[in-house]
Amino acid sequence: MESKLIGRKTEVLIGPDLPTVIIGERINPTGKKKLAEALRAGDMDYVRQLALTQVEQGAQVIDVNVGTTGVVEEVVLPRAVEMVADATGLPVCIDSPDEKALPAALKICGGKPLINSVNGEEASLARVLPLVKEFDASVIGLTMDDDGIPDTAEGRLRVAEKIVERAAKLGIGPERILVDCLALTVGADHRAALTTLTAIRLVREKLGVNLALGASNVSHGLPDRETVNGYFIAMAIAAGVNCPIVDPGKARESVVVADLLTGRDEWSQNYLAHYRAAHPES
Amino acid sequence: MSDTLVQISNAVIEGRVKDAPGLTHNALQAGLTAKDILDKGLMPGMDVVGAEFKKGKKFVPEVLLSARTMQASLDILKPLLAEAGAKMTGKVVVGTVKGDLHDIGKNLVGMMLEGSGFEVVDLGKDVAPEKFVDAVKKEKPNIVAMSALLTTTMRSMGHTVTALKEAGLRDAVKIMIGGAPVTADFAAQIGADAYAPNAPAAAELAKKFVSA
Ligand code: B1M
Ligand SMILES: Nc1nc2c(c(=O)[nH]1)N[C@@H](CNc1ccc(C(=O)N[C@@H](CCC(=O)O)C(=O)O)cc1)CN2
Repeated sequence: MESKLIGRKTEVLIGPDLPTVIIGERINPTGKKKLAEALRAGDMDYVRQLALTQVEQGAQVIDVNVGTTGVVEEVVLPRAVEMVADATGLPVCIDSPDEKALPAALKICGGKPLINSVNGEEASLARVLPLVKEFDASVIGLTMDDDGIPDTAEGRLRVAEKIVERAAKLGIGPERILVDCLALTVGADHRAALTTLTAIRLVREKLGVNLALGASNVSHGLPDRETVNGYFIAMAIAAGVNCPIVDPGKARESVVVADLLTGRDEWSQNYLAHYRAAHPES
Repeated sequence: MSDTLVQISNAVIEGRVKDAPGLTHNALQAGLTAKDILDKGLMPGMDVVGAEFKKGKKFVPEVLLSARTMQASLDILKPLLAEAGAKMTGKVVVGTVKGDLHDIGKNLVGMMLEGSGFEVVDLGKDVAPEKFVDAVKKEKPNIVAMSALLTTTMRSMGHTVTALKEAGLRDAVKIMIGGAPVTADFAAQIGADAYAPNAPAAAELAKKFVSA
């Protein structure tokens, strides 16, 4: 099953046998003072800079999240999305739980963007799926519902099934749903990542859909997060994730090597290109 | 300070859950009161853990394990404390606000408060303003502590402050708030009494509130 996202200049294909698509996570103000201040001041130049840096580092889709205090998302999200869509030409992943901001951003975005996100809660399904349909978008489906996040892989599979079924009723095909089995921090529960990896394998096998994952969540509360994230990303890709939401500057190497080792990099071309970029004189 | 109390403190600091019940029984057998064990064993231990966490020398899983260790001892001490009518530092109602399911930070705050000798009533997550009001009526706490991790749920903290005002309970409690997107400015804006950036700071603030 292949998913297609369309930006102003570039199309991106996501599929089980294709190279992994990095969704760049860095336009997200949580824990980033400088970005939060720029967003409050309505300064989109820093947003543009973050977008372009991530493209250089290998991102093919750019996540845009502007949620922080003192920011009216309904106003700022469309501006940030416009800036990113225009500057990069890539598909945008519109990351907002705000009811008004999401349609406002979709209106100006154009192409076939990715909505982040819908989940199995009735209210979420009723609010987000019609937008997916109206704007011809794809959507990340979080495996959580009115009862929270299921503790088991089977429970998460059931939520994924529910989202896919509800979407189908509106004429939205499964290729437009990217399931997110939810990475939670191992710092609070030592089996958290294991459950996520099991759920990924199960959803891949039973539903055959493509899989997103906010992989960096896995290391909250721990030191040297980059190392933990890097190994987790490789394991998640091996289990079936094909469009992780990560920091491309830090995660690119794990993604390239994981692709190399899982049959997604014919003639090692991407690996070698990555190697040359990192060792210019050799 | 007695040897057993030092051992209990160290068990908390090092997160040795399994040792906690034995050490607690030893301390009781040696004639220490439950209150002594709490005040001079568990609390100093949690103080160290809190300080190390703030400095970035201990990490979330270690703090959780220390809290678990303290809990294992408190399970034995609680009935004794109640029996003796021991006076706790104070009582705090904690909860993650409506629409918000993030509870790891809130749990840490609750544990640090217990480690500072507070009685903690945990309302859980997704707690509506009315539930906070009901709990304040029923539990008569000194302090209400709210947690929110989403910019979209922060406003529910304001709603809770308003609901407490409308119920005529605003002056009966101190209100403190926290969570990643929350700031001191925001606390002032919604009429809360204070903001705490992390769990140890929340415990320190709470101590200040009840001693003031
Ligand atoms: C006085 O009272 C006080 C005082 C101090 C207080 C206090 C109260 N409460 C906290 N403190 C303070 O003390 C604590 C310790 O010192 C600290 O607590 P913290 O909670 O900050 O720290 C904890 C010890 C560890 N940190 C955490 O536990 C939070 C980590 C992150 C990764 C996180 C997690 C784990 C989760 N998440 Co969510 N999650 C994120 C978080 C990223 C981040 N940067 O924070 C955040 C908060 N999540 C977010 C989002 C969007 C969401 N999450 C969601 C779901 C979840 C999980 C359920 C998967 C899981 C929570 C599991 C659980 N049982 O709690 C969804 C919403 C669900 C809902 N309705 O609540 C969802 C919508 C889904 C999604 N797209 O990811 C983002 C919020 C963006 C925003 N601007 O609002 C987010 C910042 C991630 C991001 N970078 O985008 C201090 O803040
Ligand atoms: N569908 C989906 N979408 C998501 C998430 C998910 O799970 N699933 N989770 C988040 C993924 N993005 C991030 C972005 C940043 C961080 C992060 O960890 N930031 C550091 C700051 C990093 C810095 O300073 O550069 C912090 O401490 O908050 C983690 C996940 C948001 N969107």
